[in-house]
Amino acid sequence: MDKHVVVIGGGVAGIEAAGTLAEMGLRVSVIEKEEEAGGHITGWHALFPDRRPAKEVTEYLRHRIRHNNITLITKATVERINHHGHSFSVNVSDGTSLNADAVIVATGFDLFDARRKEEYGYGIYDDVITSADLEIMFASNKVLTSAGKVPSRIGFVHCVGSRDEKVNNNHCSKVCCVTAVKQAIEVREILPDCEVFCFYMDMRMFGPLYEELYRESQEKYNVNYIRGKVSEASSTINGRVSVRVEDTLAGRPLKMEIDLLVLMVGMEMSKTGERLAEASGLSTGVNRFLKSADHHYGSNESGKKGIFYAGTCTAPMNITDTISHARAAVTETINYLNSR
Amino acid sequence: MKIDGKIAIWKEYQKEIADDHFFYVRSCVRQNFFPGSETAFLNIMRDVLKKDVYEHPCHTTCTGIGYHSDIVPIETTMTVVARQFALMTEAGYENLLPSCITSFGLYTEIMDTWHHFPEVEERIRVNLRKATGREFKIPKNLAHASDVIYKFRKEIAASAKFKLINKNTGEPLKVVDHIGCHYAKMFPSKGIGGAEYPYVLAGMVEEWGGKVIDYPERRHCCGFGFRQYLVQANRGFSIACSREKFESMMPYKPDMIITNCPGCPMFLDRWQYVINEMEGKRYGPNNEGIPVFTYEEVAGLILGSDPWELGLQMHQTDCEPVLDKMGIDYDPEEKYNLKKEIKRATSSSFVKV
Amino acid sequence: MSATAADKFGFAINRTRLINYDTTDRKVRGYISEREPSFRLCFACGGCTASCTAGQHTTFNLRRMNTYIRRGEIAPLREEVTRCMLCGKCLLVCPRGVNTRNVVAVASEAIRKFERNEL
Repeated sequence: MDKHVVVIGGGVAGIEAAGTLAEMGLRVSVIEKEEEAGGHITGWHALFPDRRPAKEVTEYLRHRIRHNNITLITKATVERINHHGHSFSVNVSDGTSLNADAVIVATGFDLFDARRKEEYGYGIYDDVITSADLEIMFASNKVLTSAGKVPSRIGFVHCVGSRDEKVNNNHCSKVCCVTAVKQAIEVREILPDCEVFCFYMDMRMFGPLYEELYRESQEKYNVNYIRGKVSEASSTINGRVSVRVEDTLAGRPLKMEIDLLVLMVGMEMSKTGERLAEASGLSTGVNRFLKSADHHYGSNESGKKGIFYAGTCTAPMNITDTISHARAAVTETINYLNSR
Repeated sequence: MKIDGKIAIWKEYQKEIADDHFFYVRSCVRQNFFPGSETAFLNIMRDVLKKDVYEHPCHTTCTGIGYHSDIVPIETTMTVVARQFALMTEAGYENLLPSCITSFGLYTEIMDTWHHFPEVEERIRVNLRKATGREFKIPKNLAHASDVIYKFRKEIAASAKFKLINKNTGEPLKVVDHIGCHYAKMFPSKGIGGAEYPYVLAGMVEEWGGKVIDYPERRHCCGFGFRQYLVQANRGFSIACSREKFESMMPYKPDMIITNCPGCPMFLDRWQYVINEMEGKRYGPNNEGIPVFTYEEVAGLILGSDPWELGLQMHQTDCEPVLDKMGIDYDPEEKYNLKKEIKRATSSSFVKV
Repeated sequence: MSATAADKFGFAINRTRLINYDTTDRKVRGYISEREPSFRLCFACGGCTASCTAGQHTTFNLRRMNTYIRRGEIAPLREEVTRCMLCGKCLLVCPRGVNTRNVVAVASEAIRKFERNEL
């Protein structure tokens, strides 16, 4: 059918939706805010549960978006979606406006800014980094402290910016627990003499083979798990990071000095997505993510005919579910277009 | 350490501090521990900074000490505080300036409570009216005395005769800044720098030439806490808290500790003696202790006040090592010569009735 | 704390309850981990402790004991480990397949050796 769909966001969901639509013969315009499409996965080195190279998935996505029916516009955001009877127009930040028969919102997530958790000292103490920072180190196969030393102890702090009323994010970001386990294993492989600790509140190993990965991390890689929320990080006289936590399993407070503290930062609704939602009259939930028309059988529906949602703009998701969600959004879109 | 990160946080937690015309309310017990501090503060405010600081002769304790010890019920405390506000209103002042950090925390807490529960405020107004016939206005500005010294730290530095520098080595003195828990831990937005990296004392130290030490137990309470200290059986816990701090700061070899609460310097100063008696351990170099100061004493010292007029002889841990490092002249013979007349505040607005 | 200090002041300095991971010793843990590798699988669910007979009427807590071993806190374990009756009920419950009975047996051996400085 000769219809034009605008996909807002060129991350995993946006690309998968665009690729699927293009294959089915529709014209697609993808609008992406960064210089290149791909989203957060482009900064990642290996993916859970089996630690396959992220490159393989980015290659898949790169291939997906290369289609004659797809026009990719980068370094641009969509400010507003306007409704005109049976069609739409979107106001792009470069001043242009695009007409569309349907719109898929795939604006994704922002990683939580770890500086907001002041007590962890991100941006203050040299050896406090985020999971995203660590993943970049994996790409170069070198994990070192800021002083260039090989760490003998690395700690992972779960739930940074998630499940935390103090930063106004009560939601769980879902994928950080399994990411911590994956990164803990990767550290143990690169640095076999390095002790690794995960400071967790819960171990949310929700997906296929995730729990098995957790078991493997203990059995094969000797990763240590301490149940307790880290209350503060300070710097010591010999330049290490001192961490305080309650060892809830022992029922006593615990402290230890470590060389590198990794904060598992969670997912938040993207800022550009929030602005778009506000301007376009799309409702958001208490967790600030886009609110779907129905939790169970309408998670791609916005409640406004012709506007559909794909991916983490609705809730934290792993890549598998994001891709499935995007494909489902396409089904909804095509059904909608056919019914008109 | 990335100082930009800290500076970003300090910038975020700023607060309104009044410029002049302060209503000063004293601490109930501070003058027993560190008698020179409040006088030094008034002298600095009036003679050096030329500010109007008024003390009402009828003002009382805020009863914070009783409230936090579970002795005085909250409604009574609120009514006493309302009376303080009434005296302030009657004297024509709007800027409340408590000397004590617990008072500061208490006034903040009460005003916040009344803000959220206006019916409580109404009840207290009725209480006060019935008990004393007085009416009050809520203070327009509330700033702790250390906030005000922080605000004018540059002016004080400009008039200073000494700096927080070791005159023998030329190096800045290493200073541990210890903030009272009631300053920012209850209402982080009401403290300069917030609760994690408070800046009110750090700002003074840096402006006056010193270097602030960041040590792991920086945030730890000194253990004062009223109820746990007032009951003898609980004092072991109190002293253990101070001890945690001393053990943690010792490797950094601090030259001195600066504090902004009545209880904290009392504890940090006196407990060093008790720990020495119990365990034989001292935390300073050369088998000395680490001298503990109130910020008023430090301000007074750099402005050239005589250490004995500031009341430093009352400290349990001798302050002479710091005086020597700073190059301050003092007469060791005069240390306990209490008969000498102390220079009094000369400002004519000292007592208004 | 010397009795005279407490007499003189009426109180003594409270000792810290903190587990200082930098000063605890994990030789006992290493010993157990080598001889009973399934020890590593424990994720502290507490199923063992729930089923434990000895745990009903004494302070014996197998989950906590395992946690202490992992932290290197041996002092609380000296008597604790002797309370286990080696009945094996815990073994039936463990969802990870830890040989809990053998962990206790090896642990008593390890603790005795540790105290004799043989580890």
